[in-house]
Amino acid sequence: MEDWKRSRALFAAVATAPLTWLTLFFIVPMGVIWLYSFGTNAGLTEIEISGTLANYKKALEPLYLGIFAKSLVVAGITTAICLVVGFPVALAIVFASDKWKPWLLLGIMLPFWTNLLIRTYALMAVLRTEGYANQTIGWLHDRFGSLLTLVGLPAPGAYEPLHLLYNNFAVVLGLVYVHLPFMVLPLYAALDRLDRSLIEASLDLGAGHLRTLLLIVAPLAAPGIISGIIITFVPALGAYLTPDLLGGTDSQMIANVIERQFKRANNWPFGAALSFLLMYATFIAIAIQALKAKQAEKRG
Amino acid sequence: MSDKTPIISIRNVTKRFKGAPSAAVDDVSLDIMPGEFFVLLGPSGCGKTTLLRMIAGFEIPTSGQILIDGQDMAEVPPNKRPVNMVFQSYAVFPHMTVAQNVGYGLKIAGVSADEIRSRVAEALELVKLDGLDARMPDQLSGGQRQRVALARSLVMRPKVLLLDEPLSALDAKLRAQMQFELADLQDKVGITFITVTHDQDEALSMAGRIAVMNKGDVAQLAAPADLYEYPANRFVADFVGSVNIFEGKLTLDEPDKAAVDCPGLGKVWLNHGVTGAHGSNVWVALRPEKIYLHVPGEGKAVRAAAEDAPEGHNFARGQIKGMSYLGDITLYEIQLDCGAMIRVSRPNLSRHDQEDFTWDDRVSMHWRADSPVVLLS
Ligand SMILES: Nc1ncnc2c1ncn2[C@@H]1O[C@H](COP(=O)(O)OP(=O)(O)OP(=O)(O)O)[C@@H](O)[C@H]1O
Ligand SMILES: [Mg+2]
Repeated sequence: MEDWKRSRALFAAVATAPLTWLTLFFIVPMGVIWLYSFGTNAGLTEIEISGTLANYKKALEPLYLGIFAKSLVVAGITTAICLVVGFPVALAIVFASDKWKPWLLLGIMLPFWTNLLIRTYALMAVLRTEGYANQTIGWLHDRFGSLLTLVGLPAPGAYEPLHLLYNNFAVVLGLVYVHLPFMVLPLYAALDRLDRSLIEASLDLGAGHLRTLLLIVAPLAAPGIISGIIITFVPALGAYLTPDLLGGTDSQMIANVIERQFKRANNWPFGAALSFLLMYATFIAIAIQALKAKQAEKRG
Repeated sequence: MSDKTPIISIRNVTKRFKGAPSAAVDDVSLDIMPGEFFVLLGPSGCGKTTLLRMIAGFEIPTSGQILIDGQDMAEVPPNKRPVNMVFQSYAVFPHMTVAQNVGYGLKIAGVSADEIRSRVAEALELVKLDGLDARMPDQLSGGQRQRVALARSLVMRPKVLLLDEPLSALDAKLRAQMQFELADLQDKVGITFITVTHDQDEALSMAGRIAVMNKGDVAQLAAPADLYEYPANRFVADFVGSVNIFEGKLTLDEPDKAAVDCPGLGKVWLNHGVTGAHGSNVWVALRPEKIYLHVPGEGKAVRAAAEDAPEGHNFARGQIKGMSYLGDITLYEIQLDCGAMIRVSRPNLSRHDQEDFTWDDRVSMHWRADSPVVLLS
């Protein structure tokens, strides 16, 4: 079975195609964009690679740093909500009966099979001023009002629809909606591996469910929690479609700004610099996590 | 013991798992006394773990009642019960040191850090793990991990300690040592132990009383020696120790003597009465070590030895078909003249005893009139 490792020719033959593919369509374009980030616009379509750092300098201006910071905050809130919502969901699936488990997992996976655009528009239909959310709340409001009149209290005024769309709330909600499965699946994988008798031992020793969760389940599921956080945070940080469709003028995230540089502003070098700054930030975050994990391993 | 009230009272407890064709535990009633070393013994799948888990609170009885110290446990969750369990898989928390593991329950109970430290040290000393407090579980051997689990429960000073096959993962030597340590420990701390095992040697060597379980039922409840010498039925006779069982008819039954005619063995004489109808079908159980083996020429010796039975009883002839030398004893498989097989063991009292008999030797056997046990079911 180990022979294939030694047979170099075969190995090369098998590895060549994917390697070529990767080089051609991933490394090369990335390299080109990377070079652009050190260039200047020298015409409508021409870019001169001059080795300048002006693009990075501009990207570090307060305006853009602010958008970066805001993106980090939005992605962070999204990740936190996903974790808080996703953890009980993952736990529920782990402890569901064997009959229900595949259906619940399917329910989590189902959104993956639906186009992101369709899901986002569906969310817009719910959140619109005349959307389903407002209709429902308005209906409840009216019923409540007539109930008050019935008992002789003054009815509240007419229902003012809530502004649920085109603001930061909508963006975070949309991002949570899109990224929740990314959080639930690694959490589920980690929790499902957990030895049930450890939970029972904790209960047996007098701990209630909450303390068992905090002292036993969470620490043992830590690798799953961390990969869930990364796998949610990274795409949320670079989200483009959700803030574009659900956000207002003040809910721009960094990806929207980058898109504008490449398209409307036609400033590829600057867009490239912004993109790479985003990537560096992501890499640094992952590297710090990996370093921490290694330290924890050494301590353990 | 009879003047005390039971620490655990199991009353008509039945557990039926959803979708299972038969009950895992079927109408079991047991009283366990304070300070007792109680063992649940039985083959795999007979419901031992299920019964233990119902006492600990991890399974809810389908019907019946469990009282701990006189208190009904129906509404009491596991973390509020005055019992602690040592799990079959040990369930030592992998992300905590030995000391943190042992101190976990005390920390939950809000005991001060100083007291935790001293009680943990005391518990670790009790299970002979002192000096290993800072180790992580994956740096321990199986036996050490098992003792961590034991210390973790002992430190709580529960009224009852439940142990689910605590020694199953250990090698024979360590197991024997731990059996001894467990019994010793129980003597020292005076906690009631309920241990589950499917190893009869372990049960016999440690227990004060043993409940033998079969398919969710308690087949017999007795002290180890009684269980071995006076099994109540074929299941217990066969499960506890090695035994030869022959079917026969009761031909004589008086208060001080009885006789059974076994087509497969011959006429069996007993120097005590049995309770069965004359002519009814019974089974005779005869332990291999209670049969004497002779070279056929030794007729006189045989007759002398079999003096406690009338001529022609408690006597058989056959041919050796198999032999296993086990060191302390030699085990013989003998084909009786009537065709049935019988197992006989013989202690190797001298270094050459195993050379007395060999394959295909003709032999005769006899046994004493108080050796066979008559079983009605
Ligand atoms: N959670 C469960 N769901 C359904 N059936 C179960 C469950 N747990 C145990 N059983 C069944 O109940 C019966 C008794 O199981 P139990 O675990 O008590 O056996 P045991 O005597 O401890 O056996 P072993 O010596 O192999 O541990 C078995 O037939 C088993 O298949
Ligand atoms: Mg078991």
